[in-house]
Amino acid sequence: MSAQTEEAAVRPAAGDGKGGAPPPESPRGRPLPGVPYLLILPTAVLTVGVLGWTLVQNGLMSFQTLNPRQLIRHVTEWTGIDNYREQLTSSEFWHVAARSLVFTAVNVVLIMLLGCAIGLLLARLGSKLRLLLSAALVLAWAMPVVAATTVFQWLFDQRFGVVNYALDKLGWHSMHGYSWTSGQLSTFFVITVLIVWQSVPFVAVNLYAATTTIPRELYEAAALDGATAWRRFTSVTFPFLKPFFLATTFLEVIWIFKAFTQVFAVNEGGPDRLTETLPVYAFQEGMGSQHFGVGAAISILTIVMLLAMTAYYLRLVLKQEEDEL
Amino acid sequence: MRRSVLGRIWPGVTAVLLSLGFAFPVYWMFATAFKANKDVVSETPVWFPTSPTLEHFQRAVHADGFWTFVGNSLTVTLAAVALSLVIALLASFAIARMRFKGRKSFILVMMMAQMAPWEVMALAYYMIVRDADLLNSLTPLIAVYTVMVLPFSVLTLRGYVAAVPRELEESAMVDGCTRFQAFRRVIFPLLAPGVMATSLFGFITTWNEYPYVLILNKDPGAQTLPVWITGFRTAFGDDWGATMAASSLFALPVLVLFIVLQRKAVGGLTSGAVKG
Repeated sequence: MSAQTEEAAVRPAAGDGKGGAPPPESPRGRPLPGVPYLLILPTAVLTVGVLGWTLVQNGLMSFQTLNPRQLIRHVTEWTGIDNYREQLTSSEFWHVAARSLVFTAVNVVLIMLLGCAIGLLLARLGSKLRLLLSAALVLAWAMPVVAATTVFQWLFDQRFGVVNYALDKLGWHSMHGYSWTSGQLSTFFVITVLIVWQSVPFVAVNLYAATTTIPRELYEAAALDGATAWRRFTSVTFPFLKPFFLATTFLEVIWIFKAFTQVFAVNEGGPDRLTETLPVYAFQEGMGSQHFGVGAAISILTIVMLLAMTAYYLRLVLKQEEDEL
Repeated sequence: MRRSVLGRIWPGVTAVLLSLGFAFPVYWMFATAFKANKDVVSETPVWFPTSPTLEHFQRAVHADGFWTFVGNSLTVTLAAVALSLVIALLASFAIARMRFKGRKSFILVMMMAQMAPWEVMALAYYMIVRDADLLNSLTPLIAVYTVMVLPFSVLTLRGYVAAVPRELEESAMVDGCTRFQAFRRVIFPLLAPGVMATSLFGFITTWNEYPYVLILNKDPGAQTLPVWITGFRTAFGDDWGATMAASSLFALPVLVLFIVLQRKAVGGLTSGAVKG
């Protein structure tokens, strides 16, 4: 996810020169009528050709029976909404969906709470400690996801892992030789620690950057009025940062709900498929059991759930953009 | 208002503890990679590599197909970053500097495309690539990675192009430059921080990408480093030293680029902002 967190990190920085308003006419009048279209042509062709086609293909597949038999014979077998009906009436699907929702909620809440706490801490530290903490945060942030998953497997290794050693030394002796990947909750625990560790720096660093934009006078005025620390937070800091909280929370929801690499690489959805979230479930049903139609239906259902969860935010963003354009 | 000693030192203590916590996994990766094997598989962790060795790195580098994976990773990453950069520059120039019908819809489509849940659509892309008989090839990977990076690049570069004062470009054109020359000689050099930011994002996305190469390329000759590293159990057994050495080699370019380029990209932005 580190790559994706990048995305929003750079964006707000570039925000002031976003070129929101339509550009005025150039001194030489309108450009040749075809020029702008020629310039956007490669982007448009590639986006439609790869993203658009894949989406359409995904939709088409979800209405087909696409098992090895159909694949080998190259036949298209339409089944209407059978794949969807099968999923929506299976308890397995709803289990996985509920699990994904809980997993997303737990991660997002932890990331936002910890990220905001650390961001506020950064704001009140002296410059040396702030530099130290920022450096550590950037290190975790920049760590490639794939490398991080192997490192966390090593940290939580049953026999020589440093986590089991530390817990044992701290007096929790039953953790000596504990196998984290043998249980559902313990596997989710490892995945959650990994994701939270990687995502908190983004929230913390950006929250700190946002606090630096709050005018000092507001705090001075609040102090004159005798506001307590908590009151200053609720009446000055929070209202100022509300758009930031909203945007970050929704971005985290999107990233975690669709996270594949961390969940899959730590334990491949195991033990007993008990840590499969929706993206991993779609992969296992599609690639693993070679039921591509079923996998496609699950992925469409996943996209629909994602859209439903983020509709409020998407509408807000698109509306805001439209006003600016 | 007087505060207790505890009240004054807790932010500092928390900050130090948090720094240790966040940096530790990265430190532990490098430390394990350099430790002698007896210190890696030890019931009591050895906290510092007291007798550093390169043997784990040698085992990782000499593993089957290592250089193939490196070559493949470099190929897809450089190709996707270069392609998306060139294509995005063209589009960002159009939407930042020109008026045309459909401009608004194009930008909105880019914003939606930026949030595309790629991880979930890999099955469908697999089917397209399979029907085109292109499985186990790098070309479909380059295509999909380019499109993954493209919307972000277009939207980011658009901001940087728009931030270049129009007067600069106009005076160049008044002095007889064509629009293209004005772009190449005046705007392009000023876009350096934007180009760095987008390349950094593209590099990290592509270098890390896992689900697509996992699904599309079963042939080890066409796989990239992420598949190799996550499959270390089959490659190395439980050889944590070599695994951490491999992870260190994989992570190092990203860590270095992130730390070097992020500073420059952000620095370029702020210095521009101060001048107005």
